Amino acid sequence: MNIGHYSLQELLKKTSCTQGVCFDVGSFTVRLRSSHKDFISTFRQLYFDFPVISDDQLIDFFIDMQAPKSLRRWIRPQIIARIDGQEPFQPFAPSHAMPLFEWALNWCIARQGQHQLMLHAAVLEKHGKALILPALPGSGKSTLAGALAQRGWRFLSDEFCLIHLQHGQVIPIPRPTPLKNESIDVIRNFADSVFIGPLFEKTRKGTIGHLRAPTASIERMKETATPAWVIFPQYQSQSPVILEPLNKSAAFLKLATNSFNYSLLGDSGFKAIKSIIESCACYNLNYSNLNDVIAQLDALSNHAEPAL
Amino acid sequence: MTLLPNSMPCQTMPNQRYKIGQDLLLSCLINPHSVTGFTVPQWSLLLRMAKTCKLTAHIAWLIEQHNLGHCIPAKVVNHFQAAQAIVVYRRRIAFWEMNRLQRALADCNIDIIVLKGCAYLLTDIPFANARLFSDVDILVEKSAIDHIEQSLLAQNWQTLTLDDYDQSYYRLWMHEIPPLRHVSRTMEVDIHHAIIPPTSDLQPNPMLLILDAIGLDNSRFKILSPCDMVLHSAVHLFFDSDLSNKLRDLVDLDQLLKYFDARNVGFFEKLLKRAEVLGLQRPLYYTLRYSHQLLATPISNDILQRSQISAPCTPIKMLMDALIPLALLPEHPDESSQTVRFARWLLYVRSHYLRMPLKLLIPHLARKSLMRFTSVQSVN
Repeated sequence: MNIGHYSLQELLKKTSCTQGVCFDVGSFTVRLRSSHKDFISTFRQLYFDFPVISDDQLIDFFIDMQAPKSLRRWIRPQIIARIDGQEPFQPFAPSHAMPLFEWALNWCIARQGQHQLMLHAAVLEKHGKALILPALPGSGKSTLAGALAQRGWRFLSDEFCLIHLQHGQVIPIPRPTPLKNESIDVIRNFADSVFIGPLFEKTRKGTIGHLRAPTASIERMKETATPAWVIFPQYQSQSPVILEPLNKSAAFLKLATNSFNYSLLGDSGFKAIKSIIESCACYNLNYSNLNDVIAQLDALSNHAEPAL
Repeated sequence: MTLLPNSMPCQTMPNQRYKIGQDLLLSCLINPHSVTGFTVPQWSLLLRMAKTCKLTAHIAWLIEQHNLGHCIPAKVVNHFQAAQAIVVYRRRIAFWEMNRLQRALADCNIDIIVLKGCAYLLTDIPFANARLFSDVDILVEKSAIDHIEQSLLAQNWQTLTLDDYDQSYYRLWMHEIPPLRHVSRTMEVDIHHAIIPPTSDLQPNPMLLILDAIGLDNSRFKILSPCDMVLHSAVHLFFDSDLSNKLRDLVDLDQLLKYFDARNVGFFEKLLKRAEVLGLQRPLYYTLRYSHQLLATPISNDILQRSQISAPCTPIKMLMDALIPLALLPEHPDESSQTVRFARWLLYVRSHYLRMPLKLLIPHLARKSLMRFTSVQSVN
């Protein structure tokens, strides 16, 4: 049973009641409660393929998207995210409930996901091998990941690359990718089959549209992958594809500073990054044309030499 | 559902009054073996309850201590590991902060006593390793406080931004100076000259605490004697807080009592005597009563009865018996009861009243609410 199997009315009925709707996003389970129709409609579109689970399973995060208990319920209405009784965010306009929900879920993962190494990276997989794309905002990581997911790479995650501390595998969490500004049209024009949700204007990051992960990557979200490549992408207008090997010590520092919880994890964080760097081929990547860069990355994965 | 062990000495508080989640949490704290029968929804609820009162890592530690690791479902293990990772991190930066303080204060030739969480770590009380805490608290003689503050300020610690009113409030009416923090670090340092504000009715003489403090082999810091450590924690919970959702502090007291009782002959006797010397019989009475009642701390009837003479008059006693469990125990995160809110509000008012006489308290609260009101206005 997936979220999309419910009609909007059925789903709304579920999310409006005390039990809410519980679903699995790969490495975490979430209970969502909300009686906000527009939000649930968008949520249903973007989380269409994610499996619904029964409420007798362990739920990691409890998120309520509700109107505040003040006058703002009626006058210039607002929406708040309540996470297990806490309200860590300012209220939003109800029209922006979806980005607020995504931030709330990110907040939960960033705060409570300390049993794994968390990198700020997109991850894709081919032949069981994971391509990790760590990057700062503006580097085009989400666009590149979204495009690769249309060309035979399995999409594992966009915002959080979750690494298991014992076996070092990447744990998928194929949530919708928030595409920003120009990226939205770039991806829309790149492939016909993509689904991008409604656009949210004037957020902190400009206009946002959420790209839904391909159905197949959600169906396979319990399959972990072995890190094989760490590639730091940088979009640069007019640039040809330049894939430049990066020495291990530089890659280590770049990856450690890219992590959300490297210093919190201390010793085990160091070991986790070390093992990724040792087992992966590391590169810096400059690109502008998506087709060119995908051809290059495909070539890399097809000639996958034992990475040293 | 009756998860509480039969031995639970809870006659005054019928089990029905605990909500299911509180029931789970307390039964796990009192008898960790109760988790062996937990269903997944019960684990889920236990985690939520523990999280709201910062006891997740403590419960993970308890379960480990009782070799019950095999009973924990895989996904619950993740939550425990995550909570433990945070505790280990905070402990690491607390030790580092103490290390830096030690260096910065190397030429201060006075006793510096570490209090609360960091003291439990330095004493190596096992539960300290699963305890989440956020700052380093130290106690020094009042005459030395200026010197210490100046030397830390000169070495890149900063006073956290406070307005003039807060600054002068701290310096006039508090038992500590405004918190300091090093520019390049995150851990706060609170420097105290007493364990309770000078305006409180309780006035334990800080010199007595300092004289009895114990030196450590591996540190230039001292820690309070076992009795004083318990009494400080008791004063802090029952006379310097609003008790709201502070089960964690009662768990501290339960653990301290058990730990010291096992290592000191006649510990409870000494504790009663020491409380008399310091004039802290009332907080000790509350500690023994509620720690025994809610967490089943093993305390003999004789000791409980002898501490009874420090109980308040019967109406207050009955009121506190009703209010304290309501306020102290965490609520189910999905539910919020009017009764609990009212109990917490009463104890909040009590905490202010205890800290300050009314002629100081009323202008202070007026000032504070005016400031809150104006800042809310400016945000909007």
